[in-house]
Amino acid sequence: MRRLIPMWIAIIAGFAMLFSAFFPVTEFFGETFGEIFSVVAAIAYVLGAGSLAKINLAKISRRDQGWGYSAITLFCFAATLFVGLGKIGVPPNAQFAALPWSGEKNAEGSAFAWIYEYGLVPITSTMFALLAFYVASAAFRAFRAKNLEAILLLSTAFIVLLGRTFAGVVLTGWFPDWASGLRLENLSVYIMQVFNTAGNRAIIIGIALGVTATSLRILLGVDRSWMGSGGNS
Amino acid sequence: MSGFIATLERLDRRWIFLAMAIAVAGPIVYIGITGKTLPETSTPAAQAVYDAIEALPKGSRVLISYDFDPGSSGELLPMATSLVHQCAARDLKMVFIALWPLGPQMVTDTIKRVITADFPQMKEGVDYVNLGFQSGNEAVMKVMLTDFKKAFPKSEKGTATGQIPMLEGVTRVKDFPLLVTISAGYPGAKEWIQYVVSSSGGEITMVTGCTGVQTPQLFPYFPAQLRGMLGAIKGAAEYESLVNASLAPGDNSPVPPKYLEAQRRMGPQLGAHLLMVALIILGNIAFFAQRREKAQVKS
Repeated sequence: MRRLIPMWIAIIAGFAMLFSAFFPVTEFFGETFGEIFSVVAAIAYVLGAGSLAKINLAKISRRDQGWGYSAITLFCFAATLFVGLGKIGVPPNAQFAALPWSGEKNAEGSAFAWIYEYGLVPITSTMFALLAFYVASAAFRAFRAKNLEAILLLSTAFIVLLGRTFAGVVLTGWFPDWASGLRLENLSVYIMQVFNTAGNRAIIIGIALGVTATSLRILLGVDRSWMGSGGNS
Repeated sequence: MSGFIATLERLDRRWIFLAMAIAVAGPIVYIGITGKTLPETSTPAAQAVYDAIEALPKGSRVLISYDFDPGSSGELLPMATSLVHQCAARDLKMVFIALWPLGPQMVTDTIKRVITADFPQMKEGVDYVNLGFQSGNEAVMKVMLTDFKKAFPKSEKGTATGQIPMLEGVTRVKDFPLLVTISAGYPGAKEWIQYVVSSSGGEITMVTGCTGVQTPQLFPYFPAQLRGMLGAIKGAAEYESLVNASLAPGDNSPVPPKYLEAQRRMGPQLGAHLLMVALIILGNIAFFAQRREKAQVKS
């Protein structure tokens, strides 16, 4: 039963979505299952929160290496949840001024907006910015012209790196009009639009065929591995 | 020479980090002091985004989806600012939505910096509205195809979508003549193409602004399913210069810094890219020297 019910839900929902794409009269089914999916996705956030708490609490109780980070994670999670759900510092909505909780959780001046502005934005931006340093280090140590394929890759990287900045204009902007196609900025666009597109389309078609095959196996109940803890039978 | 090669081989990565910090900080400081930015020539993909918005009649509704979070705001927020700037200047009605949980805050920030600050005559609910975040990824897109108001039943401020004047007559996503998505990953531009543009049979015109990582993945869809595309900060800078040139007041007054963010960021990008090229060359010099040394030892 534990496997049969989810399997039939998947089969019915899958076919409903499939038919809704091809037959306008069945659009309603697709819409309904889309709504159900939205509700399930919202519930998944609660499950995610539960999972986060479970894993980090276990780490803290076992005093695993780095348990302090888990404690910080849980503290930040609880504080943000409390501030957001409690609407701390949120001014009431102008339409319902008598109701103190009627304002938006992230209204200007609220504690939630403060956490977002001075906590989340700088932290995530810093994480993203760190990439530049690690990519530079990796470029120095890993980009080696070992063989023909590597040489082609390096040449393409040079063209795109220089062509996507003003360096391309300085280096090759003086090329006459009849050779304008060889300017780095134009070569960069050409590589992206022709070589990249050709390669990517091949990959996309391959993936689409794979997804079709896998979807059919799931829809027909042949593949049940998505339910976990078991084979395909 | 061999001393130099030996130094390269043993180079501590912290020196590379320092070099990158200088390569990025130098242009930031220079542009910050002088206010000078590098000139940009637009590529067809960026020009197409600008043209798609220019082609819309005054008062048309534009659906703008913020599918990113603060992590990629350095790359995407400047293009979002310029997109809203052009739409507001052309008197288009903007409907903001988000499929990423932190999108609504970015929308609020853009509305405050662009619409409230420079277009105070625009009224919320009449000229623009923030419908907030909706969970469900592709499922939300599918619902929008058949019933837009079911996918976004109320605005970020709690007003029922049916009571918002600018959404009168909107039943499906097809009722928007232009769909703009600013995309950092999943769900994003690719899902919009697969689930909305393709399903509409080409009735929906879509343009996107995306991260550098996504740009190569989205080129196969340009220009058929994807009418225009702003690829990373370079695309943003090209588009920003197009918008600024068309909206220049004509009295040579300086452009506010908030409308130059993408062009300003091309300076640090130039520094970082040149350093990367130099590092790759130096790394290969060390590699070939080492290989030659090994060959000599063997022989």
